[in-house]
Amino acid sequence: MTATSDAPVEKVGVPKGGLVVEDLSVMLTGKDIDVVNDIDLVLKPGEVVGLVGESGSGKTTVGTSLLNYSRAGAYIGSGRVLLEGRDILSMKWQEVRQVRGEEIAYVPQDPASALNPAIRIGKQIVELLELRGIGTKESRLQGARDGLAEVGLPNDDEFLSRYAHQLSGGQVQRVALAMAFLPKPKVLVLDEPTTGLDVTTQAMVLDTMAQLCRTHGVSALYVTHDLAVVANIADRVAVMYAGQIAELGPKEAIFRAPSHPYTRALLDSIPHLSQARALTGIPGRTPAPGARPSGCRFNDRCAYAIDACRKDVPELREVAPDHQVRCIRAGEIGTWDISRGVVPDADPDRKRDIILSIENLNIFYGRKHVVHDVSFDLAKAEVIALVGESGSGKTTISRSVGGLHKDWTGTITFDGDVLAKSARQRDATNRKRLQYIFQNPYLSLNPRLTIEQIVKRPMELFGIASGKEATDRVVELLDQVALGPRMLKYQASRLSGGERQRVAIARALAAEPDVLICDEITSALDVSVQGSIVALLEGLRKQRGISMLFVTHNLALVRSIGSGVQILKAGRVVESGPVVTVMETPKEEYTRNLLSKSPRID
Amino acid sequence: MTDLGTLVASPLEEVAPPRGQHGAAAWALWIARRLGLAVLTLWLVSILVFLATAALGDPIRAILGRDYNANPGRVAELEKLIGSDQSLISRYFDWLGGLVTGDLGTSLASGRPVSELISGPVQNSAMLVFLAAIVMIPLSFIIAMISAHYRRRRPDTIIQTILLAVAGLPEFVIGVLLIALLATTVFKVLPPVTLVTLGGHPWDNWKVMVLPTLTLVLWVSPYVSRIVRASLLEVIDSEYVELARLKGIPESVVMRKHALLNAIVPGIQVIALQLAFLAGGVVVVETLFAYPGIGLQLVDAVRNHDVQVVQALSMIIASVYVVVNLIADLLSILLTPRARTAISS
Repeated sequence: MTATSDAPVEKVGVPKGGLVVEDLSVMLTGKDIDVVNDIDLVLKPGEVVGLVGESGSGKTTVGTSLLNYSRAGAYIGSGRVLLEGRDILSMKWQEVRQVRGEEIAYVPQDPASALNPAIRIGKQIVELLELRGIGTKESRLQGARDGLAEVGLPNDDEFLSRYAHQLSGGQVQRVALAMAFLPKPKVLVLDEPTTGLDVTTQAMVLDTMAQLCRTHGVSALYVTHDLAVVANIADRVAVMYAGQIAELGPKEAIFRAPSHPYTRALLDSIPHLSQARALTGIPGRTPAPGARPSGCRFNDRCAYAIDACRKDVPELREVAPDHQVRCIRAGEIGTWDISRGVVPDADPDRKRDIILSIENLNIFYGRKHVVHDVSFDLAKAEVIALVGESGSGKTTISRSVGGLHKDWTGTITFDGDVLAKSARQRDATNRKRLQYIFQNPYLSLNPRLTIEQIVKRPMELFGIASGKEATDRVVELLDQVALGPRMLKYQASRLSGGERQRVAIARALAAEPDVLICDEITSALDVSVQGSIVALLEGLRKQRGISMLFVTHNLALVRSIGSGVQILKAGRVVESGPVVTVMETPKEEYTRNLLSKSPRID
Repeated sequence: MTDLGTLVASPLEEVAPPRGQHGAAAWALWIARRLGLAVLTLWLVSILVFLATAALGDPIRAILGRDYNANPGRVAELEKLIGSDQSLISRYFDWLGGLVTGDLGTSLASGRPVSELISGPVQNSAMLVFLAAIVMIPLSFIIAMISAHYRRRRPDTIIQTILLAVAGLPEFVIGVLLIALLATTVFKVLPPVTLVTLGGHPWDNWKVMVLPTLTLVLWVSPYVSRIVRASLLEVIDSEYVELARLKGIPESVVMRKHALLNAIVPGIQVIALQLAFLAGGVVVVETLFAYPGIGLQLVDAVRNHDVQVVQALSMIIASVYVVVNLIADLLSILLTPRARTAISS
């Protein structure tokens, strides 16, 4: 696992259990391009290793390689994966199949789509044992029942005979865990198993996983993009960038003394629960395989890069016991402090100049009453966060305020005007001054239009500008959202998620709004992209005095961006007030619980 | 973790338990609704069929031809038989009443009851479609599975090219080519036309059935196997198939249990469409092979202005459409747990 040539197996002393990955590389089929390379990793028995990286870093590729599996279009080029001395990568495929499931198990990213919709879960759990003829019918069934009990699920016949779609997200994820644990594997590969789950559910799944690993002495590779989750469950952390491990070390070292500029930049982009931070992003974007720079793969985005960084690919080198960094300048670039970038919380006693007020909002879906008596207001240059778990009604409220859902009662007053129920009935001025940004930038932009057409549209619609003047303003707006003028003629489908969301923001700004409704606008994005989007919004708020209704499930993000917060549960506000008050001294049990279940790195 | 249940609406309890006692009642309601819709469809079809046949012109003039002016007695007799002194609407309801009670009327051309005239051809056509179906369904699935297994490699490319070429041929071209190949020019092993002894069935001699069946199979299988291949590929790319592989399930079981089970539903729908299509589309094939089925009879009846027979055959073909699609929907729902549980809960 280091540049030295000692046999790593003996060096770390894991004769039994655990897994050793040596010099693994995965290549694109038919091309001399690597997806990941030079991966060395050790999983000790009973240890949870977090493999962290942003999209495109190759973390999932590494995860499935441990089971000698690569997705269509890629193949495992070199390396060894040693399980108790046996190399899985050089085994015959019959042997590999034997190892899969029984010795190394995999927990998929999105179990809702990874469980077969046509097979009852009881049958799916025991399927592997049944095929291998392990145990008797009764013992397998008993095993499934015990496994379900262990992950805190019901285990009666009725539950076993359910299909995946009859379970909630948290239940499905636990079924996947129980299924993976049933054959008593020695190693577990978990691929972002809590993405998309609410914080309380996530906390339960993580607890369950950690407990199972401890009691069964299973080593786990936990693949995720979420540093905060890793901080809570991992023993050691490997940070991946562009197909290589950039930094590897014990959790404490990675979070207290990160030494790679990329690790530091990632940590700088993450919001904390305990303090407001000025979040920053990482300039540029993660290079795709084939487009990676020579030398250090991070050099084109690195603030500390020197000429030598562009020449040779740096080796992983030890900077402290068990702590390795792939950076030639590690140690020269100063120390890092977790409270870097902390800013004072929004002042709860500031003067507020109300622009949008919502009174007694009740929202219905047909006969179903989904939001009950919600009232709050939004001042100029202020960000009010709507926080809650899925189903709490936060998006429903924002859609009603934006006029996208019209089945509601109550009064919404916008700068003196009482707003009509649907956007269609509102006059052009109000529509222009209140803009909506959607959660998923992959769906909210027309992929066939160019960026210029997309951003120009609101200007033409509201008669703000047209022709050459409008194009100049588009360039100006793109510049504000940190996109270059060469983007003008691009179609939206050519952009990355972060770039698309910037275009969506530019489109909203083109209407010169006074209020932005941001509906989970960063939840589909990588943390570093989230950091830069948040920095962008903060700048807009300060310079233009734009107010925002910010819908999110991420409490840490609220701390950094919000000045006021409404905590929602099942369509009702359970607690509200200035962010600092609510988060420092929560009054409601529900808020306290949300705060305690949120993963934190501080 | 333990105190969660009291604090938060626990995510582990948010899903309603499936299937209550009223599952059966919900199913009955569903089936009743679908049957009601089927009856409504057939009723609308009956109006269209009646109007279309009424628009064909005066059947008596067509049947009697030159005799029309020479034989006023016969004209009056026939007019009485079809009730042309009554209004169109009351004739429609007379006819509809007959249909509902199973009385298909009397053929004007031959003077015999329609049910007696069409029972033989209906059986013959049903047999032909049935034979085509039991060959076509497994064949299409096997081709689709082979093709999906070799996706985008040479065997798949070859199969897809052949399927596309065959799908592009009209059925009479397929039939003529088969006749040339197996009956007249190259090999002379099968009869090119259907010869039936009086009172017998065409399938009394199996050789007679081969060419018509083969033509139908070649005509329909390409569509079915292409659709099944596409849905198989989609399923093979799904995450649950990936997980099954990562779980260490043997490839053959992955294909059979995880992939095929989920790919079969689009297959059922396209098979139903094709079968219903066959029921109405055997006309050309039956004419080509002189096969005594409803297709041949329909052609004759239209030529002879035998309105009652045309009406009866049209309604039978429409019913086959409706029934086959109803069965396909039912099967699809039974094979899709999400849809199945949605009905019963």
